[in-house]
Amino acid sequence: MAWPLIKHLPDKTNFRFVGPARIAAVLSVLAVIASLFFTLYPPRPPCGGLNCGVDFKGGTVLELSTAPRPVDLGAVRGTLDRLGFGDVQVQAFGSPSEALIRFESPAGQNPAQAVTRARGELVRVLGPTNFTRVEVVGPKVSGELFRNGVTALFLAIALMLLYIWFRFGLTFGVGAVVALFHDVILTFGLFAVTNLEFTLTSVAALLTIIGYSMNDTVVVLDRVRENLRKYKKMKLADIIDLSVNETLSRTVVTGVTGLLALGVMAVFGRGVGELFTFSVAMIFGIIIGTYSSIFVAAPVLLLLGVRRGEVETPAQGVTRAQAKAVLERP
Amino acid sequence: MLHVARWKILLVALATVFAVLFTLPNLVPARSLPGWFPGQRLNLGLDLQGGSYLLLEVDTAAYRRARLTNLLEEVRGVLRDEQIATTGLAVRGSGVDVRITDPGQVDRAQRALQTVARPLANGGGSNMNVTTDGQQLRLALSEAGLAAESSEAVNAAIEVIRLRIDSLGTREPTILRQGANRIVVQAPGESDPERLKNLIGRTGRLTFQMVDDTVRPEEAAAGRIPPGSVLLQGANGATPEVVRRRVLVDGANLVRASVGYDQNNSPAVDFRFDGAGARRFGAATTQNVGKRFAIILDEEVISAPSINEPITTGSGQITGGFTAESASDLVALLRGGALPAPLNVEEQRTVGAELGQDAIEAGRISTIVAFVSVLAFMVLAYGFLFGGISVIALVINGLLIVAAMSVTQATLTLPGIAGLILTLAVAVDANVLIYERMREEVRAGRSAMAAMDAGFSRAMVTILDANITTLAAALIMFQFGSGPVRGFAWTLTIGVFTSVFTAVLVTQILLAWWFRATRPKTLPIV
Repeated sequence: MAWPLIKHLPDKTNFRFVGPARIAAVLSVLAVIASLFFTLYPPRPPCGGLNCGVDFKGGTVLELSTAPRPVDLGAVRGTLDRLGFGDVQVQAFGSPSEALIRFESPAGQNPAQAVTRARGELVRVLGPTNFTRVEVVGPKVSGELFRNGVTALFLAIALMLLYIWFRFGLTFGVGAVVALFHDVILTFGLFAVTNLEFTLTSVAALLTIIGYSMNDTVVVLDRVRENLRKYKKMKLADIIDLSVNETLSRTVVTGVTGLLALGVMAVFGRGVGELFTFSVAMIFGIIIGTYSSIFVAAPVLLLLGVRRGEVETPAQGVTRAQAKAVLERP
Repeated sequence: MLHVARWKILLVALATVFAVLFTLPNLVPARSLPGWFPGQRLNLGLDLQGGSYLLLEVDTAAYRRARLTNLLEEVRGVLRDEQIATTGLAVRGSGVDVRITDPGQVDRAQRALQTVARPLANGGGSNMNVTTDGQQLRLALSEAGLAAESSEAVNAAIEVIRLRIDSLGTREPTILRQGANRIVVQAPGESDPERLKNLIGRTGRLTFQMVDDTVRPEEAAAGRIPPGSVLLQGANGATPEVVRRRVLVDGANLVRASVGYDQNNSPAVDFRFDGAGARRFGAATTQNVGKRFAIILDEEVISAPSINEPITTGSGQITGGFTAESASDLVALLRGGALPAPLNVEEQRTVGAELGQDAIEAGRISTIVAFVSVLAFMVLAYGFLFGGISVIALVINGLLIVAAMSVTQATLTLPGIAGLILTLAVAVDANVLIYERMREEVRAGRSAMAAMDAGFSRAMVTILDANITTLAAALIMFQFGSGPVRGFAWTLTIGVFTSVFTAVLVTQILLAWWFRATRPKTLPIV
């Protein structure tokens, strides 16, 4: 096999993207509806179908270890029930001497004081216990974190709209933002369906997906704009096909490096919750972000129609003279 | 393409030296470097090195209530001193209302209240005013004044917490104000979060009050307590006592507190009053020889010793079933003074050092394997020359990120490590954009040199657009995220700058050198 491998990528691809975009559109709409359904249903506040961590739901997480003795999970559950904690979940975690416990403090009690009592009782029942992790989030803070998370997501998308509007014009901006909503909603759907814990880190992952998906969309749109100037007579659908084909090798190479690194992170970070959730969400996000640049953002341009004047502003990129030179080259 | 400005080369050279120098402390043990060596190690977040994060909220409503109750007592005091009879003395809204029984005394009462309202010598403008309506007087605090006072109370609380934690000997705690009424305490290392919480959360108000011996225990149990007294619970097993409400001396009059031993050689707390405190305590004990007084911490009786003889020396000892730890905690409380308002723990995150170590291990191995795979992939995809050039750019990039994180002492969190891995993976995007553009230009019939030129200039615009969007996402995380997420945002931000810098400048310089040395007719990636 000849080397470097890049030589094996065909010089010029002629895939049709706009044609299948109709089918893709149906799939995307169905996927978005399903994701919204699973994210919002059952309608439990505040997280709906998402498996929210304490960050957004409030409550307490304890990780404890009684090594080298095994943990008596029943005794743990009994103790916490007796103390009047609600929604007690106890599960084995890692080795038999470790347990992961979640519970909610009774209304009106300061959760941080409640955890002090819980620790005292657990030590009394289980004997010497090492608490490896304690997370307590009061109702006030969890409400704020939730609102901040939602605000951050919407603000990020709005900022992207503004930037693309400024650099490429409104039509492109709308296309990019439709693609972003698509990616974010589908990622929510992933969390809902897989029951992966949704935490602050997941919001960071979503924001990063927004950044990556935008990055990908910008590369495609950049080329669409360039080709619109270059081939003034060509139909928009053909220009989109051409642009996606021209940037395809870059899309593949960058996507592969991203997936490679995240795959490594998912494998080696298996035992560490945050790292694993983050990498799984990002892997999904890279795939879906690449898909949406091609099958959502670009077709939306077609749907809205691009006035050629919109991309004529010679302020950035290729000037008219340069474009002419390109057209006239042999 | 052939010509790279000299300043660019200089800049890259300087950046590389900087990157290597400031990354080095993270790679070798500290003692193998000479003392003059610059730079610090990465600042690991609590999720990696273990430790406790506490978010405390100052209960400003309670502060407000206490402030108004104090004001009421002050008004009662000055009017009693002036021998003015009153009815209906009460707190209403943000002020105190009182009705003067004798219309002839209204003027005198008003003057007396003015003295309360007058600002302290060092206290700036007054935030109280006195209004009169017939025999009805009102001393009101302005809302702005109350707000300023409760904001001041938050600062005072921070100072108290700092003093308390310092005497606990915790390693490098950080205590920061957040917003109007919140305080963040971060204590790295293997400290006991429960002890920390207990020490921070207590109001720490120590008072000396007389025990009310006129009330028999069964009367107290039935709730029949005279208006001037109150039943208080005993701290850790001490018996409950009915004590007089009047405070003889309180902790504000202490000048010294230390751990000592009583005659049975069990831990106790030695203390000394200041001049005023010693006088008041001396007078009280002189009048009450043979009776008992109570030492009360936060409405709980620690002990209630009998007064055998007048105590005029101004020093004493608190005993009462202390362990060495609880005695030193009480000393820490007394040295820090009382909190001006109660604190509630709204959020607590504690990670054991062992768990942090596991996270570091997982992060380290993920980073190394991911980095090497990306490097290997680039060499496989683009060959030794072009792939190698992006490998060099990526290595410099990685060093620059670590160096910048070390120099700024930005916190590296577990999500931050994820950000680092992702940044390194996506950093090659700039190289890929440039290389792919070159390939296209060659295919379009350009010479190697023209293709390289065009590749750079065209790809540049896309690279900037793409990275600005990532930067925007990071800024939002910084604005709205907390702790670990901010660490992630910071890593991402540094990564965007170093990636653009290395992918563009380093790549450009290396390609120019190669081109000048070999004058190729074709590019090896086509």
